[in-house]
Amino acid sequence: MAAPAMGMGLDETDLEVEEQDATRATWTLNFGPQHPATHTTLRLILELDGERIVKATPDIGYLHSGFEKLGEHLTFNQYVTIADRKNYLSPPMNEVAWFHAVEKLLEVELTPRCQYIRVIISELARMSDHLLCTGAAALDLGAFTAFLYSFNLRELIYDVYEEMSGYRFHPGYLRIGGVLYDFNERVLDRIRKVLDAFPKVYADVSKLLFRNRIFLDRVRGIGVLTKEKALAFSCSGPIARASGVTYDIRKDEPYLCYPELDFDVPYTTEGDCWARFIVRMEELRQSHRILEQALRKLPSGPVNAPIAEKFPLPDKLTAYNSMEGLIQHFELIMPNRGLQSPVDEVYAAVESPNGELGYYLVTDGTQSGWRVRTRPPSFIHFSVFPLLIKDHLIADIVAVLGSLNIIAAELDR
Amino acid sequence: MRADDPSLKRIEPPTLKWHEKVYVPTILQGLAVTGRHILGVAVASQQVTVQYPEEQHVPSPNYRGVHRLNKDEQGRVKCVACMLCATACPAHCIDIVGTTAPPEWPDREKYPASFVIDELRCIYCGMCEEACPVEAIELTGLYDITGLSREEMIYDKAKLLSVYDVTRDAEPMKYTQVPAEASAPTRILPPLSH
Repeated sequence: MAAPAMGMGLDETDLEVEEQDATRATWTLNFGPQHPATHTTLRLILELDGERIVKATPDIGYLHSGFEKLGEHLTFNQYVTIADRKNYLSPPMNEVAWFHAVEKLLEVELTPRCQYIRVIISELARMSDHLLCTGAAALDLGAFTAFLYSFNLRELIYDVYEEMSGYRFHPGYLRIGGVLYDFNERVLDRIRKVLDAFPKVYADVSKLLFRNRIFLDRVRGIGVLTKEKALAFSCSGPIARASGVTYDIRKDEPYLCYPELDFDVPYTTEGDCWARFIVRMEELRQSHRILEQALRKLPSGPVNAPIAEKFPLPDKLTAYNSMEGLIQHFELIMPNRGLQSPVDEVYAAVESPNGELGYYLVTDGTQSGWRVRTRPPSFIHFSVFPLLIKDHLIADIVAVLGSLNIIAAELDR
Repeated sequence: MRADDPSLKRIEPPTLKWHEKVYVPTILQGLAVTGRHILGVAVASQQVTVQYPEEQHVPSPNYRGVHRLNKDEQGRVKCVACMLCATACPAHCIDIVGTTAPPEWPDREKYPASFVIDELRCIYCGMCEEACPVEAIELTGLYDITGLSREEMIYDKAKLLSVYDVTRDAEPMKYTQVPAEASAPTRILPPLSH
């Protein structure tokens, strides 16, 4: 096959089928789509030589739900219910990413309080995602206890979601230019509970795993992703940072009020499963730091953008008591009336727990997208998987999969 | 980020000492962690599980559970069949048939002859409640609805109004009355006639 010009760091053997030696018999094994360690419906077609993996071919699409197509029928506000369901480990983060793109398109200016609230729910989502990911990575390797302890803390985070939005799993909390309900004292109490409980959970998990030789032997040196390959495959988030790519959108292209908050960006140069695990654990502590600062600095004042901005939904009292509010309320809910979005296209990305989560949104003047393309980190990271798992043993699959944190709903959309 | 950015924090891999390499001390350390949790449950009752259904979860005041159709002071349905909720619904689970209001209702032109919500199709996002201009539709704290058939889960106007009667005291209307400090535990819906 003619060698096409490959990008930096990519060579042909990364993607092409290796020529098989006819005398050496390999056999094929299906890993998934129903397998407890794939967590969702991922399928891997493994070519094995004994227990050594010669080649792994990911087969995606088992959880394809037409999420992008739905974005062409639902209005910007309605699509939040779909955005929630992409990465279900951190739904609020998906909402932040989606409205980041929509508000960039509509040029809606957020109030300071709204920015802080969005940072708070982003970091809660990051904690919830990392807790499950690190816990499940340990669970797959046999360390069940650490998983349970981190899951307890996630329960408290769900309590925050319930208190702020009225829904535990898919909050559907954000709206254009604002949020569904403002934070009240009860929500802040719940968040403080999470912050108070976190140090103990972190200490428990670190005592169980950080210097545990059984765990370290399973993850050290397994699935090494070099910095060149991480760049070539456009990895992002903790996976890239574990390989020494010091890229974090919160610092590199700051959004919301992240420049006002003080936090570190952890990285390692190891690139193995341990590195991805430890970067996530350290990010948990940084999220905790951000949350403490954000709670302390949370400004008072209005949370939703004023109705002069045209696209934010007015609150109930404005809609009941003022003519402008009522008109705007009707115009926004009835999408065939009045308000027009610009004919434009926009790409905006945020630093989600898994990496760069971006939305590419093309509009044709209506209140829904003409094309709603997601840049899901899981899709990119799953494409690295065959490279990472090559020449490893079957037992290492769960270690590598657990460290990559592939979410099939987001991968297949 | 630049390589010399002060907020970059490099993590070095651990070097295990001899006592960590021989497994036993770290296993004991791990057992101490789990032991403390077992003691916490046994002595200080720090368990996190809820013994449902004996113990009921108390949902937050703005919990998004089963819908209800609110009634006004005269016991009439508040809904004016404006279709905003059906339009706002991303799951298309609300079906309203509006008709001219009877002459003895001078305050409105229309009311719903039929108002049906498919509770199986609903995703409980609360956008109907957000869209309603007369606070006729609201989501309640009832979260444990069950049904033996699909038909049973399609709620018609009578059933939605009866949900209001069940939840009226625990959950007052959100905008015309001051919300309760904490909502009472919700009860399972009494059996309704079909």
